[in-house]
Amino acid sequence: MSAFPEDIQSSLNSIRPRLLGFARLQLRSAAAAEDVVQDALEAALANLSKFAGAAAFQTWVFSILKNKIIDELRRNSRMECDVDAEAALDETVAELFNERDHWAEMPAAWGNPQGSLEQKRFWEVMEACLDNLPAAPARVFTMREFLDLETEEICKELAISPSNCWVLLHRARIGLRECLGRRWFGESTA
Amino acid sequence: MMMSCKHATELISQGLDRPLSRSERLRLRLHLLLCLGCRRTQAQFRFLREAMRQHPWKL
Ligand SMILES: [Zn+2]
Repeated sequence: MSAFPEDIQSSLNSIRPRLLGFARLQLRSAAAAEDVVQDALEAALANLSKFAGAAAFQTWVFSILKNKIIDELRRNSRMECDVDAEAALDETVAELFNERDHWAEMPAAWGNPQGSLEQKRFWEVMEACLDNLPAAPARVFTMREFLDLETEEICKELAISPSNCWVLLHRARIGLRECLGRRWFGESTA
Repeated sequence: MMMSCKHATELISQGLDRPLSRSERLRLRLHLLLCLGCRRTQAQFRFLREAMRQHPWKL
């Protein structure tokens, strides 16, 4: 390791927390995240000659990590069944709508939520809300919105049908909307 | 017969993941015109995407 220039080392050290957080969101396991980040960093160091310029470095390491995560998800594509979290989300969805499937209660407005993105605390709440989702919708949502995969790719990786994929994405968005509404945008619980 | 809000939220979500058909788009647009709750939901689903794009762990 000491053979590598110091700025590479410090650059790797400085992005490590973000790499770990990124991987943890996808894999939902701190241990699996450690493994995959370690893997990606080793691959990055072994292939240092392939990247050029400090600006591209982070992007390059991230793309390596992204591929490692997709490999890991593919290897481990059977999604665990999260009985309690699934039941809680079912209930959340059921309570939103009345017997005619219209809003039981008008969803509150969030005003101008854009400013939240600047706040560190917002991302902590977001992470907690993602962790609260059942494994299946959380995984599909993060593959879609975090790894930027198209639904066809997600279906292929996880061996599920497109309609199943859309159902999971809808449930994830509903669940996150409810959680952020309650825990960040200050909606009162009815 | 107006589309249900539940179905409207499904189409709003799917609209982020696949192109909606012409008739789906028309029916959804009509529903949104009349339904504040679903307009808010659409804005919030879009915000979720925007937020994930700007996630500090993401590059
Ligand atoms: Zn509606």
